[in-house]
Amino acid sequence: MANVLVFAESRAGELRKVALEAVTAARRLTELSGGGAVHVLLAGAAGIGSKAEPLAAHGADKVLVLEHAGFALHNPEALAATLAQLLSSGTYAYGLFSGTSHGRDLSPRVAAKLGVGLIPDLTGFTVENGAVVGQHPINNGKVIATLALSGSPTLLSVRPAAFTPAPAERALVAESITSAADPAASRVKVIELKQGNTDKIDLNDAAVVIAGGRGLKVADNFKLCDDLAEAFGNAAVGATRAVTDEGWRPHSDQIGQTGRNVSPDLYIAAGISGAIQHLAGMRTSRTIVAINKDKDAPIFKIADYGIVGDALEVLPVLTEAVRAAKAS
Amino acid sequence: MKIAVCIKRVPVMEVKFAITADGSRYEETGLKYDINDFDLWAIEAALQLKEKAGDGTVHVVCLGPNAAQEQIRKAMAMGADSGVLLESDARNYDGLAVARALAAELKGGAYDLVLFGRISIDSMNQMTGPMVAELLDLPVVTNVFKLDINGATGRAERVLEGASEVVEFPLPAVLTIDDGLNKERLPSLKGIMAAKKKPLEIKPANLDAAQVTVRSMALPAERAAGRIVGEGADAVPELVRLLQTEAKVL
Repeated sequence: MANVLVFAESRAGELRKVALEAVTAARRLTELSGGGAVHVLLAGAAGIGSKAEPLAAHGADKVLVLEHAGFALHNPEALAATLAQLLSSGTYAYGLFSGTSHGRDLSPRVAAKLGVGLIPDLTGFTVENGAVVGQHPINNGKVIATLALSGSPTLLSVRPAAFTPAPAERALVAESITSAADPAASRVKVIELKQGNTDKIDLNDAAVVIAGGRGLKVADNFKLCDDLAEAFGNAAVGATRAVTDEGWRPHSDQIGQTGRNVSPDLYIAAGISGAIQHLAGMRTSRTIVAINKDKDAPIFKIADYGIVGDALEVLPVLTEAVRAAKAS
Repeated sequence: MKIAVCIKRVPVMEVKFAITADGSRYEETGLKYDINDFDLWAIEAALQLKEKAGDGTVHVVCLGPNAAQEQIRKAMAMGADSGVLLESDARNYDGLAVARALAAELKGGAYDLVLFGRISIDSMNQMTGPMVAELLDLPVVTNVFKLDINGATGRAERVLEGASEVVEFPLPAVLTIDDGLNKERLPSLKGIMAAKKKPLEIKPANLDAAQVTVRSMALPAERAAGRIVGEGADAVPELVRLLQTEAKVL
């Protein structure tokens, strides 16, 4: 039996989609290793346990609910202590994290506490004699390394959007647990969560990403991207580094080598030339559309469909056309 | 203020990588090297903190091959005071082994801050900083893009997906620096001359046997060349038709 412990990420009391992706990846891990149970740690302020249902619906055999006011915001030290305690109990062969900001903050702490290895940000994996053999992008995503890790427990994180949440209905079994360390005694204290527009779909959750570059000329023109995103409905707006450096969009919206990796069904690059650093963050998108004035812009080399033209003129027309297509 | 910055020598990524015939690694012939981007911002952060404090030292720690002296000298040319190279030719993908070697070097150094880049763009492991913090039992804040140090406490903002969080922490601490905190300075001619005389110690890296091993490497699937649908807003109807009928995303 190879049981898996998953850390389920939540934010402001709500389960994140990456948590369901992680549970799906964990189910896959148990299938590949000849069966086992998937347990999920869900931590938050009082009431977080009421959000556990989707975890069971995606294959969590048990949800370990850790409720404490000290977990209302991310509490890495107390979480790492709790995860290390659970993972050293002998119950689990694997510990699985989302390859997110929080997941990649927690997993190395737990690995160092336990003295075990960690393979991060996997886009896929197999299991060979208990060892995880997984694909991890290196060199800015220009090379894919297949890494192997054995040891007990084996820790891994999975890249957001690499696994699609798959239903695997179970009756919810929830067990209340306590923190292995006093949540109020953590040296590192998160004092505030600054959410963007909470109605906004996250870049990693959006089926369609509209990204704007310097070709949009001024910050206000991002309204054209927001309009197109609204026309699609299931879309989010991102930006290049040049744009976030200018302060036109928040730093957390940056796509590329120094920002986020996205892999939506449709990526629309508006006024983006396609610097290699930007391509590193979006080249795995399923369909890529580029709108740029310069017909020789590198973005056209990786775009499935290109329009040579001014994004400021093309975007409003495209928005109307998408609205019409959605309405018909 | 006593600051250590851990840096890494990485290939310059503006190239097309090739995989060796046996599929075990990428070809290194002809590659150029530089300091990892995020580590440059960590060096810059350290220099600014030292300047603001009015006194202090910035010490560079690098685990890498003998040639990584180049990168340590560059950090010194930017303004770092001293450096140590933990020499190893191993292409190490085991973050914990590297973290243990770095932690052993940093232990007892009485640093107020130990800075790392958020991620190295070659291994993309993004784990060494928090592992070192754990091994040294220091508080750690990762992905820092805003930073304010005030005496024995610090306040940082770290980036999340579509959000950020404000974090308070006591010094000494480990921080991993993200894009957005600053832009690195270029070494001045005076800095380059001064760097030659700064102390650089070289000693073998003490690396444990790797738990993470590389099975193989490959290039990602190439994207097929796309097509130009047309020019300007007139091309929109054809684009929409293709998105509906061919790509089936609308």
